[in-house]
Amino acid sequence: MGMLIKSRDWIDARFPLTKMWEEHLSKYYAPKNFNFWYFFGSLALLVLVLQIVTGIFLTMNYKPDATLAFGSVEYIMRDVEWGWLIRYMHSTGASAFFIVVYLHMFRALLYGSYKGPRELLWIFGMMIYLALMAEAFFGYLLPWGQMSYWGAQVIISLFGAIPVIGDDLSLWIRGDFVISDVTLNRFFALHVIAVPFVLAILVVVHILALHEVGSNNPDGIEIKKNKDENGIPKDGIPFHPYYSVKDIVGVVVFLMFFSFVMFFVPEGGGYFLEAPNFEPANPLKTPEHIAPVWYFTPYYAMLRAVTIDIGPLSAKFLGVIVMGAAVVILFFLPWLDRSPVKSIRYRGPLCKIMLALFVVSFFVLGWLGTQAPTDVKTMMAQVGTIVYFAFFLLMPIYTKIDSTKPVPDRITG
Amino acid sequence: MSGDGVDTSKRRFLTAAATVVGGVGAVYTAVPFLASWMPSERAKAAGAPVEADISKLEEGQMIRVQWRGKPVWILKRNEEMLSALPGLDERLRDPASVDPQQPEYAQNGTRSIKPEVLVAVGICTHLGCSPSFVPEALPQPYDPDWKGGFFCPCHGSRFDLAGRVFKGVPAPLNLEVPPHTYISETLVLIGEDGGAA
Repeated sequence: MGMLIKSRDWIDARFPLTKMWEEHLSKYYAPKNFNFWYFFGSLALLVLVLQIVTGIFLTMNYKPDATLAFGSVEYIMRDVEWGWLIRYMHSTGASAFFIVVYLHMFRALLYGSYKGPRELLWIFGMMIYLALMAEAFFGYLLPWGQMSYWGAQVIISLFGAIPVIGDDLSLWIRGDFVISDVTLNRFFALHVIAVPFVLAILVVVHILALHEVGSNNPDGIEIKKNKDENGIPKDGIPFHPYYSVKDIVGVVVFLMFFSFVMFFVPEGGGYFLEAPNFEPANPLKTPEHIAPVWYFTPYYAMLRAVTIDIGPLSAKFLGVIVMGAAVVILFFLPWLDRSPVKSIRYRGPLCKIMLALFVVSFFVLGWLGTQAPTDVKTMMAQVGTIVYFAFFLLMPIYTKIDSTKPVPDRITG
Repeated sequence: MSGDGVDTSKRRFLTAAATVVGGVGAVYTAVPFLASWMPSERAKAAGAPVEADISKLEEGQMIRVQWRGKPVWILKRNEEMLSALPGLDERLRDPASVDPQQPEYAQNGTRSIKPEVLVAVGICTHLGCSPSFVPEALPQPYDPDWKGGFFCPCHGSRFDLAGRVFKGVPAPLNLEVPPHTYISETLVLIGEDGGAA
């Protein structure tokens, strides 16, 4: 034991090991009333680690070459020892990542976690979300199936809608006149090193920002306002061991769901792995019906919902603008919300109704994005898009005029 | 001017000058990296013209060839198909092919050199999917008065049998007619204008 303490002291004199342990774990005081919704931050970290580890092992057998890529994925699935497991872990992990992140973001909406003083924390989180979308998009081209190819073709063509520079920009992204081996090769580089590196840095920054301002909680109260004589928040408990243990329970339950999908329904009913992707990419033939993977479909539905030209701006360009704005507007959430209270618990009916409508519109748009376009569905998508934007654009009004309940001084449990 | 003899404005100027010069250097350093993403010489060379033999193409039939990696359609239209074209003008966005989506020699009612043979890049001008060929003049779910044409499964854009886009669909432009020329009666060269000819 003496030996261990000695070596710890030796390290502490040279590296802030104990200091960091205390700052971020054993003396990081988190509110004592974390509930179900607070599992998803640590789960997102778990999935990130899972994706990095499985990804590294996949690159050992994958070939980023248009003539070999599809075959190398089949090789991983059939011939590499346990290759199928590693690959399904990675593909299921991609969808799991978005499920966890969407729930994590929904938690922020519920309890106003984006409101001051956590604006930067929210913005770093949104940057993680953007990086994650880029990561998923680049990764989806790699198996070089029909959906990989045509999905990437559609998304890169989006840039072509930008006036003047559009065509050159999409040429620059592809590095060829169409999606080709060149595109695949660079997407591989972006997917395995550039974006994961940015993602890892952003995660560190996100956690540093969190530990600086302290966690929000279901009551939306700042626990730092009520400290005891030692300067410890009265409603706080140290993250370790209290929440590290709680989060392990979350991990166990999550892995049960995760394993079920991975072992029994790895294709996720065609939502996690789409059927046309079991066919090699064919630049001459678009699949009958193309749709992005489920986590992009709400935005995709909004892109398609725009069918009218406004003056010199084509419907195509406006669709791209609407889709981009749907993501960008999330960044402004801390300043759109004018409510004097954070948590949904103390907000009035207007906020609750708008949040409910927003969630419904997100699900409906998500479903519509997987469907072939018809007149009725396009109209539904238009309504959904309006509701989606109304949630944000009307927020300064309805959060201000909505009634509120008195917020307690101390955490209620 | 501070009392200890340090000229702070000179110091600020030098810091700013060093930042600007360093910044310019950094921008120039980025150029090779950004430029490396443009199509390589090999990718450009692969854009050479391709020949297609249409001697065996029956009326109403379409073949696909690859040029610059893109699908190029060669469709031999029959009398019925050609006669349906002028009647569609009202329903099209750009019936007279005003937008420069074709070489000058194809800026006509059939958007082709030979009236019956359409040569077009089979990529939707919306988001780059390849539309399906639906030649039969039968009512379709997306158009009860369908006279034959192309339907894009991705976002529902429609084109007639001259590659002209319909109104009320997301695609903004007619399909592109690539530069092409006839080397002989039945041999078409795609990717070249055929000089003065």
